[in-house]
Amino acid sequence: MFFSRFCKLGVHAIRNLEKSATLTARTSYAPKAHNKYLGSLRNELFCSTTAQANSEQKTEEKEKINVIFCDKDGEETHIKVPVGMSMLEAAHENDIELEGACEGSLACSTCHVIVMDVDQYNKLSEPTDEENDMLDLAFGLSETSRLGCQIIAKPELDGIRLAIPAATRNFAVDGFKPKPH
Amino acid sequence: MKSFGKIRRIARCFSTTSSCPLRICVVGSGPAGFYTAEKLLKAYQSVEVDIIDRLPTPFGLVRSGVAPDHPETKVVINQFLRVAQNERCSFFGNVSLGSSVTLLELRNMYNAVVLAYGAESDRSLGIPKEELAGIYAAREFVWWYNGHPDCRSLAPDLKSSDTAVILGQGNVALDVARILLRQIEELARTDIASHALAALEESSIRKVYLVGRRGPVQAACTAKELREILGIKDLGVYIKAADLVTTPADEIEMKNSRIRRRVHELLSKAVTPGCAPVAGQRELHFVFFRKPDMFLESDDKSGHAGGIRLEKTALKGVGDDESVRQVAVGTGEYEDISCGLALKSIGYKSVAVDGLPFDTYKGIVPNDRGRVLADASCGHVQHDIGLYVCGWLKRGPTGIIGTNLHCAEETISCISDDINRGALASGSTKPGREGLRQVLDSRNTRVVPFDGWGKIDCEERRRGSLKNKPREKLATWEELLEVACR
Ligand SMILES: Cc1cc2nc3c(=O)[nH]c(=O)nc-3n(C[C@H](O)[C@H](O)[C@H](O)COP(=O)(O)OP(=O)(O)OC[C@H]3O[C@@H](n4cnc5c(N)ncnc54)[C@H](O)[C@@H]3O)c2cc1C
Repeated sequence: MFFSRFCKLGVHAIRNLEKSATLTARTSYAPKAHNKYLGSLRNELFCSTTAQANSEQKTEEKEKINVIFCDKDGEETHIKVPVGMSMLEAAHENDIELEGACEGSLACSTCHVIVMDVDQYNKLSEPTDEENDMLDLAFGLSETSRLGCQIIAKPELDGIRLAIPAATRNFAVDGFKPKPH
Repeated sequence: MKSFGKIRRIARCFSTTSSCPLRICVVGSGPAGFYTAEKLLKAYQSVEVDIIDRLPTPFGLVRSGVAPDHPETKVVINQFLRVAQNERCSFFGNVSLGSSVTLLELRNMYNAVVLAYGAESDRSLGIPKEELAGIYAAREFVWWYNGHPDCRSLAPDLKSSDTAVILGQGNVALDVARILLRQIEELARTDIASHALAALEESSIRKVYLVGRRGPVQAACTAKELREILGIKDLGVYIKAADLVTTPADEIEMKNSRIRRRVHELLSKAVTPGCAPVAGQRELHFVFFRKPDMFLESDDKSGHAGGIRLEKTALKGVGDDESVRQVAVGTGEYEDISCGLALKSIGYKSVAVDGLPFDTYKGIVPNDRGRVLADASCGHVQHDIGLYVCGWLKRGPTGIIGTNLHCAEETISCISDDINRGALASGSTKPGREGLRQVLDSRNTRVVPFDGWGKIDCEERRRGSLKNKPREKLATWEELLEVACR
């Protein structure tokens, strides 16, 4: 309590200082109770029975898209993400282990994800120079790598699959090449 | 290494079968220390983690290394704060391994010790006159502008010359160059130490040379840092056109590395057109293919640096076709640059402590994926059970903050293996933090707990708000301890 106040003040000061930072307030989304199982169950229901779904459910679902995260072990988590929310926030709200050291201010590459389907990747707008600068430093970079904080849910991305790279495997086995600093 | 999910599942089984808590001490509260603590606490419900740091302030280089004009990089502190708030985690500030407590004592008091105390020394060039005044390690200069209490009185002379030479072209070199060249009004809004801001306000440095042994394709910086320095207002950027020409070997290097390609592209586009410097404008010169030969003493200030002699180099390929590496070799041609300030940014180096195996050549603790190797001289590799390393002390001084996360995961997978095979459990419960407290009490060590840091933090923000800065760092040991122990 004592500290969380400092901590909030801190972020506030930083946000004011760096206007360029694209921090999105997490409080703008009501916390949801999607857990892993609920998420995947709902998803299946939605995919196979869209026609029968009642209209009320439809409007609710309209503003959310399906996103599938594949973790380092290849285990899948299906979640629903409101349009406008970043994949970093979505992961955190759903207890998916995606790091976000700089909290979405484009100052680290810890939320690196790999878009598993090239067609989905192509629907995203081009990464900015700043995002590319950070991707340079990401572990296990691939052709379809992006930062989770820069992928914002939009209807066209429904069903997007994101892999969280097994960075540790690169680190230990593939011969870690230190990045300068 | 196995994934975290797996570690966690194993951990749950473990915690239900074991009754006595496992006590682990982490030495150093930088990113490596905090990531280690975070992952350990998450993986094992029965683990208690104590973090000690020789400073009254936590977070290592996130506070004392990361540049003041990079506030967004420091946001990671929020995550570390949440770790420190965990009731199974304690912080012992102002406690130094080696002087407040020995490694042997820690190992007796804890089931495991993870060393993450970074790299607080420097590589030296080993060239004549390196000891002249006006020559500093970049580490010292960075500590000075970031308010590290050990460099409060560095007082680098920024007034007697208009030129600074920085040896090295990595990100630290670029940070230092940016601080010297950036508009003072912009720096004034950051958490830069006030003594440094005052000195920079009066600085007469207008020209900065960044010297590298090799070419623009091999420059060790990242695109982000480069883009930033090239974007400084009213700055003339100078690179010899001939230096930007690439050889077939360079092309291969660029093909193999996206970062090298992007850095080279940025440099190629960076040159200020028209070449002739504009009067009064600040200048940044990238000097490629030069290696330091000797420092030159100033004619009018004896004992003070007045310049540096550089030897021109040429690149020579070593290794096979596939993984060709280009090294710089001297050509016997020399060139002098006069300067009043020289900063060596050629690499940090860790310091050894008593009773710890140490590789003095690499400046790291010899280890196998984070397990400390007991003296390997007897021919066979042997792990020192219960002793681990992480971060810069383990890998050497490279990598960004996030690198330490993967580094911590690797070290923890070794700890997990040892826990699971029962190697860390002792017959009786280890004294842990109670034992440590007793030892420190008996030595009259003024321990700064985490809420002591809270007081420092609060006071720094208060003072900062009066000056329109995010914080005004307390930069002397006396002040830090006085405020922390109020
Ligand atoms: C100038 C500079 C700028 C950087 N900028 C960036 C950046 O913008 N972005 C980025 O991602 N990375 C940056 N880095 C890299 C990043 O800071 C490092 O990767 C990281 O801090 C290394 O973590 P560490 O925990 O191993 O060491 P450190 O962060 O150095 O932490 C070591 C800790 O151990 C403590 N300690 C030392 N000796 C003892 C002892 N005997 N007993 C007890 N405690 C001790 C120290 O006080 C310190 O708190 C920068 C590095 C430098 C040098």
